[in-house]
Amino acid sequence: MNWFACYTLFKKEIARWVKVWLQTVLAPVVTALLYLFVFGHVLEGRVEIFPGVSYTQFLVPGLLMMTVIQNAFANTSSSLIQSKVMGSIVFILLPPFSALEMFLAYVGAAVARGLAVGFGVFLLAVFYAHVPIDNFFIVLTFAVLGSYTMGAMGLIAGMWAEKFDQIAAFQSFLIVPLTFLSGVFYSIKSLPPFWYEMSKWNPFFYMIDGFRYGFFGQSDQPVLVSFAAMLAAASVLTLVCVMMLKRGYKLRDA
Amino acid sequence: MGEPDGSPNFFLLTFCKRACILTHSPENAISLRGVSKRYDSLQALNNVSLDIKQGEFFGLLGPNGAGKSTLISALAGLLRVDNGELSVMGANVQTDYRRARQNLGVVPQEIVMDPFFSVRETLQFQSGYYGVRNNDEWIDELLEQLNLADKADTNMRKLSGGMKRRVLIAQALVHKPKVLVLDEPTAGVDVELRQSMWRFVRRLHREGHTIVLTTHYLEEAEELCDRIAIINKGEVIALETKEDLLARGLGSKLLVRATHTIETVPKEYQDRVTRLEGNELEMIIHRDSDSVMEILDRLRAASMKIDFVSVLSDSLEDVFVRLTGEQEGQ
Repeated sequence: MNWFACYTLFKKEIARWVKVWLQTVLAPVVTALLYLFVFGHVLEGRVEIFPGVSYTQFLVPGLLMMTVIQNAFANTSSSLIQSKVMGSIVFILLPPFSALEMFLAYVGAAVARGLAVGFGVFLLAVFYAHVPIDNFFIVLTFAVLGSYTMGAMGLIAGMWAEKFDQIAAFQSFLIVPLTFLSGVFYSIKSLPPFWYEMSKWNPFFYMIDGFRYGFFGQSDQPVLVSFAAMLAAASVLTLVCVMMLKRGYKLRDA
Repeated sequence: MGEPDGSPNFFLLTFCKRACILTHSPENAISLRGVSKRYDSLQALNNVSLDIKQGEFFGLLGPNGAGKSTLISALAGLLRVDNGELSVMGANVQTDYRRARQNLGVVPQEIVMDPFFSVRETLQFQSGYYGVRNNDEWIDELLEQLNLADKADTNMRKLSGGMKRRVLIAQALVHKPKVLVLDEPTAGVDVELRQSMWRFVRRLHREGHTIVLTTHYLEEAEELCDRIAIINKGEVIALETKEDLLARGLGSKLLVRATHTIETVPKEYQDRVTRLEGNELEMIIHRDSDSVMEILDRLRAASMKIDFVSVLSDSLEDVFVRLTGEQEGQ
């Protein structure tokens, strides 16, 4: 394991999104806050999901996690597709990186961006709503696991896609629907039985639900179930990603 | 000394020695054995075998689509071949890819760049990818040698095409590889820049780097390379020293100027005439089988009053065109 090479790629991936922070950090923070203001304003006082938790309070962790995972996905997928389309991927393929070094660097940078954007949303959301944190360790664990999983998924999408619109399709037809249907804006317990059961097959639900537990100490599913689901998803995606990188799937000509 | 023939250790030793000769020959910077690659109906590389010795300035020539870039990509690990083995400084590019890539610097044909970073950042990152720390001194020297020092902190997007190409060379050299592959490095580069680039590459060669050059400018290959391989339709059709290649079989042209307009040429030479204008005649001569004196005697016998004679050697371009043309005709 060449840690220095891995660290350099991680540093470069961080520098890439930091240089365009308006687009990569500020824009998603503003979008999340707009959701919070609009939905909070319309639904505050009308819906109580957990006892003693207002709707706006309930909404904050969901929006926060949604922003974290969407940005983690965007980071790896856009970095890879950009460098593939522009040809600069050659600078990563020529050096003696192992598959694991590449994976850790890319996903590490995605986690960093996810956490940065999430922290930005939290920092501004607390001015609008009182958001209690029941267990900071659980909050952090789920934020890291969620962004890690989505960073890995972004890496897969980036390897698979050959054009920008394929990444956009991946985002529009998979990531966004699964996020919106994961309980960001509602508790899945409020759904009809069929959709309730279906939601349990949505891995994004466990990201949001476990993360929310860290804030309120209450959730739709036991937090350990969510943790186990997240750990399983992260492990499978890690395995798939590393194997794809090792094969050079759509990166190195087979 | 007491190891009897046929013992397991003896066989192991013999096997290791053979393996070393095949794939780890220390004098070879690059070694290819039976390399083949097919894209659907196109045989991009067909059983290519060649060795490039350490310290050589090697030219890899061929028409567009001949397989040069495929070969370089295979060497750099950018694609997997269907058959065969490739090694760089004795390290197999698949099984010992870390050592192979550490020893190899590749200047890609296309001008590519990461638009987020300055020239210095680009080189610092590239250096780190190879695990090289504290490399600022060498980076500064590269910037100086490639006339990029004043652009060190300029964003890559703001550089001209020639400058971007020089950054590509710096990126290929930033980890001090023993073997440098230049894939058409002077395409679209102005004369002055081309000359300064070659001065630098020559210096690297003098310092012991192995240089592999592909270029469309055959005069560059003729001037720089010690040995040349011509590749066409995925096959190596010539692999010789530059001198041997230039002296290959046919070789020369005879230029004759007469004191009068040349009307006719003796029948036996008519199919060799390449130019007949006014008082000048140019014709192919076969170095091995022709006697210039005999040809001149026959021309004189055909009432030609000869004023001036010159023998023109084939250029690499002539040899290249002839060899690739011959293969086309097959």
